[in-house]
Amino acid sequence: MNTSTLVLEKNRSKKTTRIKGSDAVLQCLIAEGVTTIFGYPGGAIMPIYDALYNYQDKLNHILTRHEQGAVHAAQGMARVTGKAGVCFATSGPGATNLITGIADAQIDSTPLVCITGQVPSHLLGTDAFQETDVMGISMPVTKWNYQVTRAEEIPYAIARAFYIANTGRPGPVLIDITKDAQFADFDFTYDKCEKIRSYHPYPEALPADLEAAANLINEAKKPYILVGQGVQLSGAENELMRFAEKTGIPMAATLMGLSGITTSHPLYVGYLGMHGNYGPNIKTNECDVLIAIGMRFDDRVTGDLDRYAKQAKVIHIEIDPSEIDKNVKTTVAINSDAKQALLGLLPLVNVSTHKDWIDEFHQCDKIEFDKVIDAELHPDSGEIKMAEVINRISEVTDGEAIVVTDVGQHQMVANRYYKFRKSLSCITSGGLGTMGFALPAAMGAKVGQPERTVIVVIGDGGFQMTLQELGTIRQSDLAVKILILNNNFLGMVRQWQQLFFEKRYSFTELDNPDFQMITKGYGIKAQKVEKRENLNQAIHDWLHTEGPALLEVVVEQEGNVFPMVPSGASVAEIRLN
Amino acid sequence: MSLESKYPTSTPREFTLSVLTEDKSGLLNQLTIIFTKRKININSLNVSVTEVKGVSRFTIVTETSKDMIDNIVKQIRKLIDVLGAFVYEEHQIFYQEIALYKVPKYAIMEGNSIEELVSKSGARILVVETDYMIIEKTGNSRETHDLYQKLEPFGLLEFIRSGRVAISKSTRKTEAYIKELEASNSNKLSIKDF
Repeated sequence: MNTSTLVLEKNRSKKTTRIKGSDAVLQCLIAEGVTTIFGYPGGAIMPIYDALYNYQDKLNHILTRHEQGAVHAAQGMARVTGKAGVCFATSGPGATNLITGIADAQIDSTPLVCITGQVPSHLLGTDAFQETDVMGISMPVTKWNYQVTRAEEIPYAIARAFYIANTGRPGPVLIDITKDAQFADFDFTYDKCEKIRSYHPYPEALPADLEAAANLINEAKKPYILVGQGVQLSGAENELMRFAEKTGIPMAATLMGLSGITTSHPLYVGYLGMHGNYGPNIKTNECDVLIAIGMRFDDRVTGDLDRYAKQAKVIHIEIDPSEIDKNVKTTVAINSDAKQALLGLLPLVNVSTHKDWIDEFHQCDKIEFDKVIDAELHPDSGEIKMAEVINRISEVTDGEAIVVTDVGQHQMVANRYYKFRKSLSCITSGGLGTMGFALPAAMGAKVGQPERTVIVVIGDGGFQMTLQELGTIRQSDLAVKILILNNNFLGMVRQWQQLFFEKRYSFTELDNPDFQMITKGYGIKAQKVEKRENLNQAIHDWLHTEGPALLEVVVEQEGNVFPMVPSGASVAEIRLN
Repeated sequence: MSLESKYPTSTPREFTLSVLTEDKSGLLNQLTIIFTKRKININSLNVSVTEVKGVSRFTIVTETSKDMIDNIVKQIRKLIDVLGAFVYEEHQIFYQEIALYKVPKYAIMEGNSIEELVSKSGARILVVETDYMIIEKTGNSRETHDLYQKLEPFGLLEFIRSGRVAISKSTRKTEAYIKELEASNSNKLSIKDF
C-alpha cells in the first residue's frame, strides 16, 4: 500500500472539507503555527501563490529578491525562535537557488521547511520548462525530502516535514509539490505527525553512562566543558549554568555555541577554535576530563585530531549517535539531548571548585590581552580596527543585540569581541561558511524577534553576494542595523595568502562600488566613517535611526585576526601573531 | 584473538551491511549517496522484500575500514525511513550469490566434459538452446569465480553474477525487531542484536 492510499484510508473516517491542494498547503502551515513565509513566486508554484492572496491576514509572506535570500531569512528566523523557518520557491532555478541555504541549515542543524513547486506530474522526466530533479539535488543536504504528486499527500507530507525538521537534531526538509497536485481538489483534514516508527529523535540517556560520566567528573582535577549549539537547541542554558556552578568547571564555547552562556559569566573562559581565545585552545590539551556538550568536534575547533586532547578522558553529550566517536573517540558517551543529559548528571555530580585550574585560563587571558586584544581594542593611531568597532557596539547595546554575522575576518572578530548576554543571539554560518548569509538571515531574525535590536556584521565581499535583499528590507520595513566592515579585500583569504602563500594576493582585492549610493538607492539610510574620532557618534546615530540603517566603517586594509590555529596544526600551537 | 586485535581499525576489509527499510521510493539513492560522499565503492547491492509486509531489505557488500563502516552504518541509521542497519563480517552470516554462464553449444559437441564439470562444481544446466546453454551456479564469489575460470576455455559467451544475499546467524525474527523498535524510546543504535 503506498503512502497516498494510506492517507486516503485514514481520512475516510474523519470530517473533511473539499479544497484545492494549494489551499491545503497554506492551511497545513497555519495548523503548524507558521506566521511568516519567505519566498519568491514562479510558474510551478503559482497556484500556491494564488491561494496565498486569500490568506494575507493569517500568513505574512515576505517577498525576497532571490531565493537564496528567502532560505537564509527562513534560517535566521528559525535560529532566533527555535522553530522551523518556512520558505517557498518555484521549480528549476527557484529550487536550485535554495540549495546553498539548505546545505547551510543541514550542517548547522537549523530546522527548515522548504516548499518548492514542480512541473505537472505528467511532465516529470521530460525536461519540461523549469524542470529540475530537486529531489535528487537536495537529498544529500536535507534531513528528509518528499515529492508530492497528488493533492491527497499534502497533509501527510507537511505534517511529517514539520515533525522531522523540528525534532531531535533539527534540520532542513524539502517538500516538492507538482503543479497538478496544487490545482487538484480533495477531501482535506489535518493531523499533526507525532510518531514515525523508524525515527527516534529523542534517545534517552542511559543511567550507566550518566554514572560513568559523573564518576569521571567527580574525580577530575582539571575538568573542562566545551559548549556547542546543542545547549541552545535543547534549551539547556539554565541546566548548563547549574551544572557548571555546582561543579565549578570552566566552560568555553564553540562558534555555534556562543551566546548559550553569558560572556561575562565567571566560569566562562572564552571562545574555541581557529580564531578563538588563547586559553580555551591550549588548555584543551592540558585538561584531564573534557566534557563536550552538544557539539561535533569540527576541524575548525580541533585542529589536528591526532594531537587533540589526547591526555584527556572525553565525555561526549550528543543527541545524534552518528556524531559520537566520529572525530574524537569518547571515554563515555551520553546519547541524549543536552538538557536531558545535564538534568541526569546534576544530582550525580559533587559540589566542587577548581580555582587554580581556572586561574591558569586567566593567566592565558592576560597573555592574549597583552599580545593581541589591547592593541586591537585601543589603538592610539592608524586605521580603524574591526575589533574596536565591535567592542563599541557591544558596549552601546550592552550585549543585548542579536548579532548576525557573515563569513570571514569580520565574523571571527565580531564573535570574539561581542559580549553576548542573551541566548539565541549569535546567528552565523558556522559549518558551511556561506558568504552572503548575514544580510538575509538578519531579515528573518528581525521578523522572529521584532522587539530586539538585530545587527548585521558583514564584510565588503559578503555584502555583495546578497545585497539585493536591501530591496526586501526596504519593502518589508525590516529595521535591521547593517554594519559593513570595509577593508576592500576578501580579508580572510588575504590573511591566509599573507601567512601561508608568501603574500601572493591572488584575486582578493576588491574595487568596490559606492555602498552609500547603493544603499540610499534602495531608500535606506546610510553613513560612512573613515576616521576614528567620528566612530562613536556614527555608531550612536546608526543605532538610533528609525527603521533599517547601514553604517560603513572603513577599516585597516591588511589587518589580521589573531590568535590563530593554523590549518592542520594542533590547538596547542595557536599563534598570537 | 578478536577481530579487532587481528586487524587495525584502518585496514580495509569486506563488510556486509543489512539494512531494513520502509518500502519507500528514493531510499536506494539515499543509501548510495552516503557511500558516494565518502568515495567508497559498493561491491554489490541487493534489494529484496522481507517476510514483513511493507519492509524491504538492502544487502550491501563493500570493502572499507572498520572506522569507516561504523561511520557509514550510523549515517544509514539516521535516514528517516530506515528501520535498522547492521554490519556483518563473513563469519557472522550465511550468504550466497547466483552466477549465470552462457556457453556456446559447440563446446559440448566437441565431446568436452562440460556436463561433468557442471555437476562436480555443484552447478546445473538451466537451459539448452540451439546455439548455447546456460549454466547456473549458486555459491560465494570464490566458488562462482572458480567455475568461471574453468568455463572460460570453452569460449564463455557471457557471465553475470548477482549481488550477495545474506542472512544472519541470529535466531530473532525481523518482525520482533520491528516491534521492539516501535516500542522503544531510544534510538536505533540501542537495539544491537539482530
